Amino acid sequence: MQNLIAKRAAQELKSGSVVNLGIGIPTLVANHIADGDIFFHTENGLLGVTDVNEADIDPNIVNAGKLPVGEAIGASYFNSAESFAMIRGQHVDVAILGVLQVDAKGLIANWAVPGKNIMGVGGAMDLLTGAKKIIVTMSHTSKDDTSKILKECTYPITSTRSVNLIITELAVFEVRNGELYCIEIMPNSSIEEIREKTKAPFKEDWHNNGGQAR
Amino acid sequence: MKIFSTAKEAIEKLESNQTIMVGGFGLIGAPLTLIDELTQKDVSGLTIISNNLGEKGKGLGILVNQKKVKKGIGSYFTSNRDVGDAYQRGELELELLPQGTLAESIRAGGAGIGGYYTNTGVGTELSVGKEEKEINGVKYIFEPALTANVALVRAWKADTLGNLVYYKTARNFNPMMATAADYVIAEVDEIVQPGELSPEEIITPHLFVNGIVKAAKILTKDGVKSIG
Repeated sequence: MQNLIAKRAAQELKSGSVVNLGIGIPTLVANHIADGDIFFHTENGLLGVTDVNEADIDPNIVNAGKLPVGEAIGASYFNSAESFAMIRGQHVDVAILGVLQVDAKGLIANWAVPGKNIMGVGGAMDLLTGAKKIIVTMSHTSKDDTSKILKECTYPITSTRSVNLIITELAVFEVRNGELYCIEIMPNSSIEEIREKTKAPFKEDWHNNGGQAR
Repeated sequence: MKIFSTAKEAIEKLESNQTIMVGGFGLIGAPLTLIDELTQKDVSGLTIISNNLGEKGKGLGILVNQKKVKKGIGSYFTSNRDVGDAYQRGELELELLPQGTLAESIRAGGAGIGGYYTNTGVGTELSVGKEEKEINGVKYIFEPALTANVALVRAWKADTLGNLVYYKTARNFNPMMATAADYVIAEVDEIVQPGELSPEEIITPHLFVNGIVKAAKILTKDGVKSIG
């Protein structure tokens, strides 16, 4: 399921893009990039993230999830202030991130859960502020089967900016002028299942798929 | 600029109730030898400015468990559960900032800037109580600069003047922190003669640095190891 979502997200990345990948499903997106023409940015200070073989692991080369990564040819290192200047300054083309909830306007919550200690935000708010395009990759429902797409987020929002695209194992939604449009039904899913498991109002637009739901 | 032969001497001037910046993203690029020495030192009431407060029982995490830290200012404390527990017990104050705001506030502090406006966090729980201002139709919040009494940073190589270069993603917050404190100590793998580092590659010029010491604890694939 995760790979299905990651593969679909990878299709959104244009050649030459600078892309920041969040933790979880977003990390898998890199596995579905055919050519080497995408530049992966990690906010802890590396442009040119690539995978690393077990034997070549350097404990001082990690991504934002503190997992070991490799350095691509043409890579560069920089400090955290410069890294976030790249993000806030709109020099990063796409950020792909996981969320806890997304609402009818495309606002997301991905940094805090009420009732639990609010202990970490990391770069989430900066990415929402500055990345030119935001793609959310997530499971459609949480572990207890409740929808993660809600009329309004019940968790604290990450930004007042809407995301651009939401990809789940069931559907792809585009956010247009603060409204959700279901634009694609994922393999082995149906519009009935999407309707049942989406607790936010959405419109349907299949023009990208020849007017068909699939 | 002083070259210290031990981490103990390097942190001799540190006192209780000081504000200390500590470099690193988790343990990566953290001055592990200086932190270890700080855990041996009889200090309390410290305010620590660092992205994380170490990992559970490691790095700055030890300092938290020893109750030497009064307040932590950082962006991500989640990875060390002890921090949350100490916070719940009312033993530790925390100030959470977006990671880019943390970095920029330290940069501003080192550059003599009092504060700045950013649109990161506008309209969220982290903007509560912060001054809001609209500039060219965009909403921003004011963030004050951060400075400290002491900065403990991790670099790769230093020359004997105190010029520093960094290694890979271990650079992270270290170069900004080296500019933003009254007293800056760098822990390094190697100390070389002036001229051995290319002037083009020096990231932190020596005027920012008060002292250097060689690392005795390093991060390896298998965790933190003592060397030398």
